This record gives sequence, structure tokens and C-alpha cells, in this order.
Amino acid sequence: MSEVRFTDQHEWVRLEGDIAAIGITKFAAEQLGDVVFVEVPEAGRTLEANAEAAVVESVKAASEVYAPLAGTVTEGNTALADDPAKVNADPEGEGWFFKLKLANKADFETLMTQTQYEDFVKGL
Amino acid sequence: MTDQTQGLKKTPLHALHLELGAKMVPFAGYDMPVQYPTGVLKEHLHTREKAGLFDVSHMGQRLLTGPSHAVTAAALETFTPGDFQSLGEGRIRYTLLLNPNGGIVDDLMVTRFAGTQNEGTLGLIVNAGRKDEDDPFIRKHLPPEVKFTALEDRALLALQGPLAQSVLARHCEQAANLSFMSAIHADVDGIACTISRSGYTGEDGYEISVPADAAEKIARALLAEPEVLPIGLGARDSLRLEAGMCLYGHDIDETTNPIEAGLTFAIGKRRKMEKNFPAAEKIMDELFNGAIRLRVGIRPDGKAPAREGTEIADKTGRIIGRITSGGFGPSVNAPIAMGYVEPKFAADGTELNLIVRGKPNPARVVPMPFVPHRYKRGS
Repeated sequence: MSEVRFTDQHEWVRLEGDIAAIGITKFAAEQLGDVVFVEVPEAGRTLEANAEAAVVESVKAASEVYAPLAGTVTEGNTALADDPAKVNADPEGEGWFFKLKLANKADFETLMTQTQYEDFVKGL
Repeated sequence: MTDQTQGLKKTPLHALHLELGAKMVPFAGYDMPVQYPTGVLKEHLHTREKAGLFDVSHMGQRLLTGPSHAVTAAALETFTPGDFQSLGEGRIRYTLLLNPNGGIVDDLMVTRFAGTQNEGTLGLIVNAGRKDEDDPFIRKHLPPEVKFTALEDRALLALQGPLAQSVLARHCEQAANLSFMSAIHADVDGIACTISRSGYTGEDGYEISVPADAAEKIARALLAEPEVLPIGLGARDSLRLEAGMCLYGHDIDETTNPIEAGLTFAIGKRRKMEKNFPAAEKIMDELFNGAIRLRVGIRPDGKAPAREGTEIADKTGRIIGRITSGGFGPSVNAPIAMGYVEPKFAADGTELNLIVRGKPNPARVVPMPFVPHRYKRGS
């Protein structure tokens, strides 16, 4: 059983055990447009919360993806390097960016719930 | 939510863009479509494969009207390096407005319309974002007998792509026989228009100047053709970048001159000999003795795009220039860029590093265009 939370940087965080998978939301993917380049962090990298973790570039612009929570990278989705369009096709599934072993699992609860995120997007 | 469209101008096709589901952005003071639901990538590829319709009504349409072609052309030549005396009837030429230092005030298209009723008239198409600078600049240089008119009641549509000819011919038979860089006055679906065979994509195509109140009717008629999709500014930018064309305010501006920018072709042979255009001595000196920097095409080796402003370093790490336009080329299917480098690094194949997010990304100088031009030249 996994739970998904969201950030105001338009990332989603899916927690399974103490590993969190992270990607950008459908809303963010639509705003970016066609994604043409993704750079994900390597396994073993330690990230502070809000540290730059990944890069996503669309035909229009480059954006950073930040670590929503502190932790150690267990896996980067290297498939995105060859097929960055996955981010548009399935942003909250196959288009995941990286997985983090959270430094403090309780931090997850500080993130927005789906309803909170939806309200946040509506207010933009 | 703040209304970002406040104070922005609208083209005659604004309502149509909204109806088509365009994402609108501010551009050069106008509320313009950056993309439609199709998306930039597919819009770009569709234009290269079939035909795309662009609203470029934000661009400035201006007329110079004098007593004879010789007088109007001579007036234009006082602030441009082109040879307009020799411009034939019905022909178009690309040129530059030059300031006294040889810096580029704007780049523009100049058309000499055919027919005695148009004698002494030259049509100009200038960049939207430069109208406020261009208009007083041009007026200041004109003698009293040459009149300047800003055409505010017209829209400009660009129909670009390999199928543009077959599409437009259904609405205007004469369009088919027009050769590249030529223009005619002709009816499109019974509406009097000015049709130019030119564009900003590297593809065959047209720019059609239409009365503002007929713009939507003509746009809808062209969009109803099965080959045509509406294309936004996003794809317009990636198309022109692949075609190796400059975007004013990015690749050229008042601090760049025609030699550095690789726009030497815009200097007429007669003008080179007469050396009577702005900063002619300086520009001719750079032409023969070399410029201090040159605009070049650049291909990053990897997949990471290098955007405008990216520093260019040589292999020792010394900064030797800067990217002025860069992104992903959908038809090249790889990142592409252009920028200025010191001349000794301008040769094709020269290895460079692009400093992207603090890291040197290997890249090399390549010839432009990145995608071959496919114009329909006269036989």
C-alpha cells in the first residue's frame, strides 16, 4: 500500500516502506510541454531537502527538480535519458525521476495531500 | 490571480487562438499563442512535413512612398546596406537597419511591388518588438518627399511547409507560380491580399498580408484544409533556429554588426564599392580584416540543450563566447544552438565546451542551417 503526497514545486512523492519515488505532477508536465531532456541523480547521492536533484527540459525551457525531502538516492530513472517523452506520457507513473531512502520518514506527513495539492493548483 | 494579459495588444486573430485552445503568452507587447493543444514538438514537425499556419500579425507592416523607385530606394539606402536601386519589381530583399556604429537596429524584409500604380512604394516588414525604435529611426532618415506609413489595419499570416503551395493555390491560383522572395497583390478567396513567397522556417511558404477584418475568414479557410495546423511561437522559434536564422534581440542587436552576425549577404555589391551605408568603413574593414567575434552554429555532443546566455569555453576552460539562441531541434532530434565566439574558434568542427549548470558539456561548431532550406526558387 503506497501513499502519494505533493509539493508546491509540483512534485509528487509516493512512499512505499521507507523509499519515496519522486516525479513531477501531470500539471507540471503539461505546463512544461514536450520534455526533451532529463538528468536524474545517481544512486548513493545524499540530498538535503530542497536541494537541486534533477533537471527537466522541455522544448521551451529548463527547470530544476528539487528533493522534496532529505534522503539518499537509491535509484535514478535512467530510462528517461533515452525516452524523456515518458514524462509527458505518464508523469505520475513511468515518468518517475528518482527514489529516495528518506532520512526522516515522518517528514512525508508535512507534504500536501492530493486534495490540498488540487486546491493549490486551482489557486494559481 | 493577476491578469497578465492586461495592457497587451491583440491581433485580429486573438479570439480564434482562444477558440483553438492556444496557450497565450506575452510577446513583444502582444498576447500571442505560444502553442496550441498539438504542442510545440508536433507543431514543428508538422510544419516541416505538411503545412502550418502562423499568426504573425504582431509584426510591423510599413510603407515607404516616394515619387519614384529611385528616390524611395535611395532614401532606404541611407540607413541600410542593401542595394535597393537594383531590386526588381515584385521582388523581396532581406536587410538591416544600421545605426551609426554599424549596430543592427532591426532586421526586416523589403518588397518592391510590381506595377506602375506601385511605383515609388516599398513595403517593409519589421519585428514586433522593434516597431517603437524602428518607426522614429526610419522617419528621421527620410527626405520630405518620401512618406512613411504604418499599416495598422492589416494582419499577417504565414503559411509554411512543403504543402503550402498546394494549399494556397486552392484559394489563390497565382500563388503557385510565385518564386522565392517574390510578392504579388492577389485575391485570396476574393479578398485583396499581398502574398510574399518567404518565411522564417527554412521551408517553402508564404506570408500573406490581409485586411484585419478579413483575417479570421482567411485563417479559418486555410485551417480547414486537411494539411494545415495552427502553429504557435514556440515552434516558430525552433523552426527558425534549425534554419539558422537570427532572432532580433537575441542573436542580433544594436551591439552586433552584420559581419559578426554572418549577415554579409545583406550588404549589396554596389554598396560595398560605394561604402556609403552607416559605419561602412568599419564594417568593410571587418569584412576584409576579420571581426572580433563571429556567430556560429553549435551542436552539443550530448542531449542537454544549452540555452541563451550559456557560456562557451575553449578546451582550456577560457570563456570565448556565449550562446544567443539554443534549445532542442525537433527535426534534428538533438540540441542545437547558435552563439558568438572568437574568430579562431569559428571553424566548422572546432571543439568547445558549453558551461551548462556549472559543468562543461562538450560541443562542436557546425555549419548552419541545421536543417537544409527547401525554398522554391525560380527556374
